[in-house]
Amino acid sequence: MKIAVLSGKGGTGKTTISASLAYSLRNSQYVDCDVEEPNGNIFLKASLTEREVVTVLNPVVNDDLCTGCGACQQACQFNAIVVINKKVMIFDNICHSCGACKIACPTGAISEVPREIGVIESNSSNTFMQGKLNLNEPLTVPVILQLKRKMNKHGNVIIDSAPGASCTVVSTIEDSDYCVLVTEPTPFGLHDLKIAIDLVKQLKLPFGVVINKAMDSDKSIQSFCKKENIDVLMELPYSKEIAQNYSKGILPVQYSKHYKDEFIKLLATIKERII
Amino acid sequence: MKIAITSTGTDIKSLLEKKFGRAEFFIIADTESNEYKVIDNKAAMEAGGAGIQAGQTIINESAIALITGNVGPNALRVLTSGDVAIYRGQSVSIEENITLYKKGELQQINTAGEAHFGMK
Repeated sequence: MKIAVLSGKGGTGKTTISASLAYSLRNSQYVDCDVEEPNGNIFLKASLTEREVVTVLNPVVNDDLCTGCGACQQACQFNAIVVINKKVMIFDNICHSCGACKIACPTGAISEVPREIGVIESNSSNTFMQGKLNLNEPLTVPVILQLKRKMNKHGNVIIDSAPGASCTVVSTIEDSDYCVLVTEPTPFGLHDLKIAIDLVKQLKLPFGVVINKAMDSDKSIQSFCKKENIDVLMELPYSKEIAQNYSKGILPVQYSKHYKDEFIKLLATIKERII
Repeated sequence: MKIAITSTGTDIKSLLEKKFGRAEFFIIADTESNEYKVIDNKAAMEAGGAGIQAGQTIINESAIALITGNVGPNALRVLTSGDVAIYRGQSVSIEENITLYKKGELQQINTAGEAHFGMK
């Protein structure tokens, strides 16, 4: 089964939950798709020995063949090409590598060359994988798609998503078997949870909510979920002890039998929901 | 000679718009005849590459100068290759900015500001 962990709001505890799930599920593969700042390995401590470069194709123009007609600019849906004074100017980091400019060019002046935008790192047993986008690169999706191609096709996979509800998150979660939505009892937590729920509903993915930093003084998430008939799978308390361990790179499941049991229960609940 | 100014409104009494790529309007003014026209910036609502598109619009209008608040790195590349001089306008009307330009009192911009300035 493939379980994706997302949140809407950042900082709710996606990595705590996803890394704890991976730690508690024997022979699972953990895949960090938060490619702008992957941090699951702070806790899982895999030895990243394998490295694979992620490239995208960008157009280059052969000036000897180019007539400056502007067909490439018209074909580009992303404003990545302009033609000024019959000279083609290409903006690589806006290019989505669709290849339309190459097809549109009447003189065959455009070819495509690979450009490195990130890297995929994994351990030798491939139980841990993370994508890393290079600095100053705006397109996360090519890195995520390459991660997903390398992901285990069978067996259990835990996917840590980026925050938000953009195409980055969509490409991360879209073919998962179940989505875990991590939230916290704050107005922002609830606000962004609603957006994340809209997203998984549109993608028709089964989902449930985990409340992190749960506290008795604020039951806003519980009442919302009850009203909307949404599964609350687990509550992880607002706890100084959890935070102190977290700051040392130790997950709740790594220091406490109680939390380990809680996450095993959570996995059992998810398994029931999928079948 | 034609110059372009980013504008918050559709006449020369309007205030200068500080965004370039996502400015709502461009005013194209003739510095000799004092005539002007307003064009909608079609790039304003683009998902990405607004500055690049807007730069192309200014070049297509044959403007030799642009008065605006801030241009990002991509727009600067386009405008520079189209030989458009870029000036930092002041927070006054389009008309007053044109006067300041004619007097040579506007500062020329040669370096890019922050990317996605107009998204904030």
